[in-house]
Amino acid sequence: MDVTDSDVLAAAERWRREGRGVAIATVLETWGSAPRPVGSRLVIDAEGNFLGSVSGGCVEGAVVSEAAEVIAAGRPRTLEFGVADETAWKVGLSCGGKIAVYVEPVD
Amino acid sequence: MRLDLLAALNAERAARRAAVVVTELATGAQRLATAATLASDPLAPEIAAALAERRSGKAGEGSVFLAVDVPPPRMLVIGAVHISQALAPMARLAGFDLTILDPRTAFATPERFPDVPVIAEWPEEALPAYGLDPFTALVALTHDPKIDEPAIAAALRAECFYVGALGSRRTHAKRVERLAAAGLSQQAISRIHAPIGMDIGASSPAEIAVAVLAEVIRALRTGASATAGAAA
Repeated sequence: MDVTDSDVLAAAERWRREGRGVAIATVLETWGSAPRPVGSRLVIDAEGNFLGSVSGGCVEGAVVSEAAEVIAAGRPRTLEFGVADETAWKVGLSCGGKIAVYVEPVD
Repeated sequence: MRLDLLAALNAERAARRAAVVVTELATGAQRLATAATLASDPLAPEIAAALAERRSGKAGEGSVFLAVDVPPPRMLVIGAVHISQALAPMARLAGFDLTILDPRTAFATPERFPDVPVIAEWPEEALPAYGLDPFTALVALTHDPKIDEPAIAAALRAECFYVGALGSRRTHAKRVERLAAAGLSQQAISRIHAPIGMDIGASSPAEIAVAVLAEVIRALRTGASATAGAAA
């Protein structure tokens, strides 16, 4: 539904064809009012460049660093971010939401 | 995700077709479900339900993730009229890729519709290239059967998720007769929202635009078909 998501997947394919290591992160589940819906995607390359969004900013940093390991290992993993209310407000998950993100390599 | 699966997914998206990436979470095994392959998928009923709701989520008792990709919604407005001038910016804000079609070149000008794609052609000429599909809303606003009705008929045949037409109940009754004579089924014709727009008592062109946009969004998000409520 999201034009940006379309660009994200096109970028993932283009980056991989350019020979870059690429991972795709997808929001699997959310609890509470998370900022991005289930199915939202983020594409990351081995250099840490990224496009798209899984949380509107707050866990992107953590997902990007995990993605480097996923690209290196060549195996997917599921990350869960549960954030206490106060911390959540500080980092941008204004709702104190929780999200699970699936990070997979493009191979 | 395998590169070949990603490429196939991008091809479906580029062709404005819905697709679902099915991921077995325990193993990472993936497959692509499309209209062509859906029937043979072991999770066909759950995938079909996710597609109908346009919603990604877990399935197969939590062991599988369904990532639903549906094309961004488009809105084709027939008639470069006053309501369209209000509707165009509103619909674009709401995320619709909006195009205006009106063969009357005095109406279909860039001055009246800045930054909006305007096609100054007859529906019969322009629609094959535009490509109506189930992810497109057709909003007919000219009041002129010669312009509106070929577009309405094409939209019903293409199974556009929303087909609405401006005009009174009497106007619509005559329209129904002509569409039936043109070979459209009663079932197809009953999908037309007419009089157009959610019933909010809309009066001005801008208010009617709000009523139309609300009705289109309801059809997009809930799959609601033609209703009794109407504004114009």
